[in-house]
Amino acid sequence: MVKTKSNVIQKDAVVVKFVGDSGDGMQLTGTLFSDTAALAGLDLATFPDYPAEIRAPHNTIAGVSGFQVHVGAKKIETTGDLCDVLVAMNPASLKSNLKWAKPGATIIVDENAFEEAAVKKAGYAENPLDNDSLSGYNLVKAPITLLTREAVKDLGIDNKTADRSKNMFALGMLYHLFDWKFDNTFEFFEKKFKSKPAVIEANKAVLEAGYNYTETVEALTSVYQVSRAKLEPGRYRNITGNVATAWGLLAAAERSGRPLFLGSYPITPATEILIELAKYKSLGAKVFQAEDEIAGITSAIGASYTGSMAVTTTSGPGLSLKSEAIGLAVITELPLVIVNVQRGGPSTGLPTKSEQSDLYQALFGRNGEAPVVVIAASSSANCFYYAYMAGKIAMEHMTPVILLTDGYLGNGSQLLRIPKVADLPSIHPPIAEANDPDYKPYRRNPETLARKWALPGTEGLRHRVGGLEKEDIYGNVSTDPINHQKMVDLREAKVQKVAEFIPEQEIVGEKEGELLVVSWGGTHGAVSEAVEELQKAGKSVSHAHFHYIMPLPKNTADLLGRYKKILVCELNSGQFVNYLRMNHPQYKYLKYNKVQGLPFTVSELVNAINATLEEK
Amino acid sequence: MNKEPNLTVERSAVELTKEDFVSDQMVKWCPGCGAHAILSSVANVFPKIGYRKENFMFVSGIGCSSRFPYYVNTYGIHGIHGRAAAIASGVKISNPHLSVWVATGDGDSMAIGGNHFIHIIRRNIDVNIMLFNNQIYGLTKGQYSPTTPMGSVTKTSPQGTIEHPFNPGELVLGAQGTFFARVVDTNPRLMTEVMFEAAKHDGTSVVEILQNCVIFADKTHDVVTNKETRDERQIVLRNGEPMIFGKNRDKGIRLNGTRLEVVTLGENGITEDDLLVHDAYQQDPGVHLMLAKMAYPHFPVALGVIRAAMYPTYDDMVEEQIAYAKANSKIKCVDDLLNSGDTWEIK
Repeated sequence: MVKTKSNVIQKDAVVVKFVGDSGDGMQLTGTLFSDTAALAGLDLATFPDYPAEIRAPHNTIAGVSGFQVHVGAKKIETTGDLCDVLVAMNPASLKSNLKWAKPGATIIVDENAFEEAAVKKAGYAENPLDNDSLSGYNLVKAPITLLTREAVKDLGIDNKTADRSKNMFALGMLYHLFDWKFDNTFEFFEKKFKSKPAVIEANKAVLEAGYNYTETVEALTSVYQVSRAKLEPGRYRNITGNVATAWGLLAAAERSGRPLFLGSYPITPATEILIELAKYKSLGAKVFQAEDEIAGITSAIGASYTGSMAVTTTSGPGLSLKSEAIGLAVITELPLVIVNVQRGGPSTGLPTKSEQSDLYQALFGRNGEAPVVVIAASSSANCFYYAYMAGKIAMEHMTPVILLTDGYLGNGSQLLRIPKVADLPSIHPPIAEANDPDYKPYRRNPETLARKWALPGTEGLRHRVGGLEKEDIYGNVSTDPINHQKMVDLREAKVQKVAEFIPEQEIVGEKEGELLVVSWGGTHGAVSEAVEELQKAGKSVSHAHFHYIMPLPKNTADLLGRYKKILVCELNSGQFVNYLRMNHPQYKYLKYNKVQGLPFTVSELVNAINATLEEK
Repeated sequence: MNKEPNLTVERSAVELTKEDFVSDQMVKWCPGCGAHAILSSVANVFPKIGYRKENFMFVSGIGCSSRFPYYVNTYGIHGIHGRAAAIASGVKISNPHLSVWVATGDGDSMAIGGNHFIHIIRRNIDVNIMLFNNQIYGLTKGQYSPTTPMGSVTKTSPQGTIEHPFNPGELVLGAQGTFFARVVDTNPRLMTEVMFEAAKHDGTSVVEILQNCVIFADKTHDVVTNKETRDERQIVLRNGEPMIFGKNRDKGIRLNGTRLEVVTLGENGITEDDLLVHDAYQQDPGVHLMLAKMAYPHFPVALGVIRAAMYPTYDDMVEEQIAYAKANSKIKCVDDLLNSGDTWEIK
């Protein structure tokens, strides 16, 4: 494949979005594209955009499935606001996604799919390829369906089967655009279709046909050149947030020596964690698909008492159902990790969309004084690390820990620099020793205020725990008023003590100045890009992104006090900002919020921050 | 019924006594409550079961019955309302070397915890459930429960209940239960015997205890337990024996067509050979269901082990799958997992 590189464009980063009908294979196309990008040395982030229905009607807007990939030579923190390249396999997908294309973006369409019925079904009055409605874009009309059929004609493959490979034609066109090789994708075909040599040949032929078509007819007038990203040396893999969460939990279990127990009930968008952990019985993981959310958490509490690193995974409505049981874990002072992959609420809300609106629920959603540790991951890749830390804190401090991620982090993917489990922070669960004469169920370690974990089966440690208030030290049922006050205070102090064991809050930018932008959880990518852009423009803007929420890092009050203005950005109506107000009322806080089920775009944040800077 | 007790639980090296299981907590049930007899039965039977005392574990929910874990000196969790079966599922799956017992009531397990109750049974997790059925909410002071007889006047049914009660045995068998037994709190000897059988059974065992609540439903089971009439109104089923009852041992149960009927021995030429012989181990639950449903006045109430069928347990199968995966998977540790599939080196 000799190519004339007459029109090479240097790019720092490119956003590509593949959209088509549910059956068009857009998820696979996007995945193969990102894998090849990764092997070409680029950093990346991906996000799949599925319809809520499993198989919505053919060629309708409801049936559009998409996959967005952001690749670049720089550090990629988000999946990108708008795309540079939109690949649309049918009219409905073009109609619903054109708004996500940058002005002047390259739009590749399968012109054969724009026949009258499909155009009408998409809601177009007339074929958008035939009028000038797309004149503001670099429109590439390729006869993808016909050329795909042509490419496999000699292999004895019928049209219906051939049409399933249309996506590979589009992928071939993209490989030409990026000047990438086929090797990795060919390998994938060989593995995936091992028993069907004809299918392997067909997919290879179509991929090449797409590439050659682009070359021959000069369909795309330019070639992108994205240089290798300057990633920290090491071994890498692409990973979704939900898989990273599952693996982080497995790593914490292995490192602590406590077997993993997951009690969980399927719920979008958290189900993938359950599915993922169910695969690893070889690591001793016991995965219990419970009859409901309550059984998910209560089985985990039983497993925790018994000595497992116990976990329950869910999303918003499921966390509501678990509230009473979280209180049980609080009063029994048992380690428990509760993962909440947040989605749009209230009630069933927006199950496939992302939000940060469960923060109040995580912090306060229980009866009684029931403090728990709350932490939040901020990228698909670091879900691994924060899931690990959730396990570590839960066991070492004998407390429930709520780990907040969200649908955007959970389903999206990023490159993970593969750590060695031995290099992760060590975990020392406070297991009580057999026949320890000093053992009392609620005697505490003065450093952490954690009680000991006395495992059933151990000689000399028989004891009972339960939901009734416990007598300090001895753990017998007690209704004594002074004891209750003491236990309430101790449970709160134990959670606050965690602040002694977590890192101090970091600031990106000037250590004092005009404006501190504050964010937490899954918005890190967009907020940090926006702040960076403004810093480059010489603005006095710094950024504090919180991972540890309850308790807050020790230096929080100090750092908030160093800026004239504080702007808290979050995907809810202002939950973290109010939490900061409650904890540190001496400062004045401004807020920027969005509750649309969508992530922040960098550009809207830049505007919001600029507006804040200009306000007198 | 002489199968060895479940061998996954370690046996005690020393002989244990009742005192080994008595806790230091004051028992706060009302004087005359049927729960006292159940507590005493448990303390009597646990040493006989023979496991290490550290390997027993009690789990409960909420209600009078659910204070039980505080009164036995074992490991224990007093959980939240209705969730004992789910907590116990986690306990047993996490550590199959424990002998796990649930103390629950008719409200705890049939109302708020109905879902967990049927699912632990369906999964056949090796947990022993003692169901204290006093047909009333005691701890909240006298509201009707899912087992309160229709028409009963209680605090929340001043004109009498208009709900059809559950028969727990029917529910257990409907959920594919492998073990169901029924006892009365006035017969501690039978209770102890049945608890021992429950402990031996691999899988979920449910022992329904017809228990008296002296305060809110006094004599609710009197129709079955009254000393004067009980011999005519109870039948104690024993595996392999013909179904005979009555003060003079002159009545029996036989199968007439597809239905059970009560017959009198010696009348119309009926002999012991005509009677049903109890087969608790039978896999088909058909006769077990008919036995569990027998009720006064047409039938005596069946006591003893009604069903004890052998099926694989969930917890055993978990261990088997883990052992298989460990032997056959290439992923032996998390480092293997992290480096599996597509990875690449950046220099």
